[in-house]
Amino acid sequence: MYRYDEFDHQFVRERTDQFRNQTERRLSGALTEDEFRPLRLMNGLYLQLHAYMLRVAIPYGTLSGRQMRQLAYIADTWDKGYGHFTTRQNIQYNWVKLEDAPDILDALAAVEMHAIQTSGNCIRNVTTDHWAGAAADEIADPRPVGELLRQWSSLHPEFSFLPRKFKIAVTGAPHDRAAVKVHDIGLRLHKNDAGEIGWEVIVGGGLGRTPMVGVTVRDFLPQHELIGYLEAIMRVYNLYGRRDNKYKARIKILVHEIGADKFKSEVEAEYARRPHPTTEVEERELARIAAYFAPPDFEKLPRWSASFEEAKLANPAFARWARNNLGPHHVDGYAIVNISLKPEGGIPGDATGDQMRVMADLAERFGSDELRVSHAQNIVLPHVKKDDLLTVYQALEKADLAAANYGLAGDIIACPGLDYCALATARSIPVAQSISRKFADSKKQDEIGKLKINISGCINACGHHHVGHIGILGLDKKGEEFYQITLGGSSAENASIGTILGPGFAGHEVADAIETILDTYLKHREAGEEFLATYRRLGPKPFKEALYATA
Amino acid sequence: MTTPEKGQLVTANRLRDGIAVFLTRGGDWSEVIDEAVLALEPQAAAALEARARDDEKKTIVTGAYLVDAERLEGRVRAAHIRERMRALGPTVRLDLGKQAEGKGAGFAAPEGE
Repeated sequence: MYRYDEFDHQFVRERTDQFRNQTERRLSGALTEDEFRPLRLMNGLYLQLHAYMLRVAIPYGTLSGRQMRQLAYIADTWDKGYGHFTTRQNIQYNWVKLEDAPDILDALAAVEMHAIQTSGNCIRNVTTDHWAGAAADEIADPRPVGELLRQWSSLHPEFSFLPRKFKIAVTGAPHDRAAVKVHDIGLRLHKNDAGEIGWEVIVGGGLGRTPMVGVTVRDFLPQHELIGYLEAIMRVYNLYGRRDNKYKARIKILVHEIGADKFKSEVEAEYARRPHPTTEVEERELARIAAYFAPPDFEKLPRWSASFEEAKLANPAFARWARNNLGPHHVDGYAIVNISLKPEGGIPGDATGDQMRVMADLAERFGSDELRVSHAQNIVLPHVKKDDLLTVYQALEKADLAAANYGLAGDIIACPGLDYCALATARSIPVAQSISRKFADSKKQDEIGKLKINISGCINACGHHHVGHIGILGLDKKGEEFYQITLGGSSAENASIGTILGPGFAGHEVADAIETILDTYLKHREAGEEFLATYRRLGPKPFKEALYATA
Repeated sequence: MTTPEKGQLVTANRLRDGIAVFLTRGGDWSEVIDEAVLALEPQAAAALEARARDDEKKTIVTGAYLVDAERLEGRVRAAHIRERMRALGPTVRLDLGKQAEGKGAGFAAPEGE
């Protein structure tokens, strides 16, 4: 894991001290709200419906047991005993007091964490594949590049006041678990015939009120050119991106308005103008960063673990959890453990301080002291020996963390929605809960198979509804909540934006509507066909007919 | 049945902790929406808003604004679900927020479900 160097420590400490002073000046009245708002937002502090909310950055979703334990301590000490893991691999606290915020930032700094650039029109926390460094299909661990980008983009003076916020995602695997095609910039690693690696640079994807899949501007960018090339993209955006209308200010609008070819030629012209040696990533520096992400000392183990196989035979609940919640590891005898934060009827992404400590313990005892936050609001223990899986499972079960629904109908992404968020137009969580209860029957979930249901409580789409296989968007119709359903979205390498199926539904009707859609799928699917594939083969017609037949 | 009084109240977030509060007749800020003063006429609403602006300057509250609401038998109901939510706390955590502290309003945030 990356460890702060002197420079990192100093700049985080300086920012924390600055913020303490700014908060004191706000509380004394020396700063007005208009003066203070941008300062608190630069430190991740929002004002929501019930209290302040603090969004803490978890760079590329990676954290240690000690850091997770500190997140638990913050939840228990300054919040109401829980936190919410977000779709940007961060954590949010819902009940923060302004007067406590500087102490919380100090507590974060003590474990090399902060809340910088989790808000505002800057480059936000870089996200990656939550299986990075562990996935069997990975070409290379994307986190050294994630860290390189973090260092480059942190407090970058030229890119601190962009037209709008800017999100970068990186994947080192061909199967895209990081949704790189729906980010402002997505980076995807490729290996050529000569065995060299290079980055596909995708620009102009995004969700929100104008969802778009990004376009590839470079197929194979050598790693040492990454910063220079990204700077060229940022400069073109900073220059041409619209600042007159915040709804048209994201880079996707620019790429769309001037066209991918014109955008690309502008970037190439800008890139050609710059002397490359000044921005070239030195091998030495990249090697220094990469060393922090060196794989743990894996034991030489057989691929097949007798104790694991026996445990599955003896314990059907464990066997089901193992079938659904484990990912294939690139080292024999190891597995990736996906801890679902989606218990039946629970709040997607919420974890109590106690649960965080349980996960921290397990990471320290059985998982090389590493945890990941996934953009689907789950927690991952990336390196667990198969021999230890039963012990891990039993500890998770005791902490109500053993939901065996990873990647299934119950594994729903949901933003906080109108229960917490000042921007929301409708609630998301109760809808997620009603769907989760509707599919509580594990056999039914297993029968339906891989499915992504994503729910957003407003058009800003924090719940990624556009790229859910089934997307649900909560809106406000004359002061009442109603929900639009979209089908056919995907955030994977075959990314697509979902299509609105038809008229919306009241909150209490949504779970039934989802059931109708899934029953239609089960009726029409071919052997082994996942929901998305069936939808793509058949289009919306049969689903529409089933859903609106009686209307 | 008595007819509800319709008007506007002023709400804001308390500066030091962000808690949603409501301006009372006495000029204080209460966490309980039922204690809010309801302006029945535009001039009265403007006067309440002016008072709130003063309290913003005094760093008591931040982000004050007027909200449509009605009072019936001593209970105040905000017109919009968002404001009913602020008066209660999250509907998915009834153990938290004002509703858990006995400061909740008389009207549930979601109705008719």
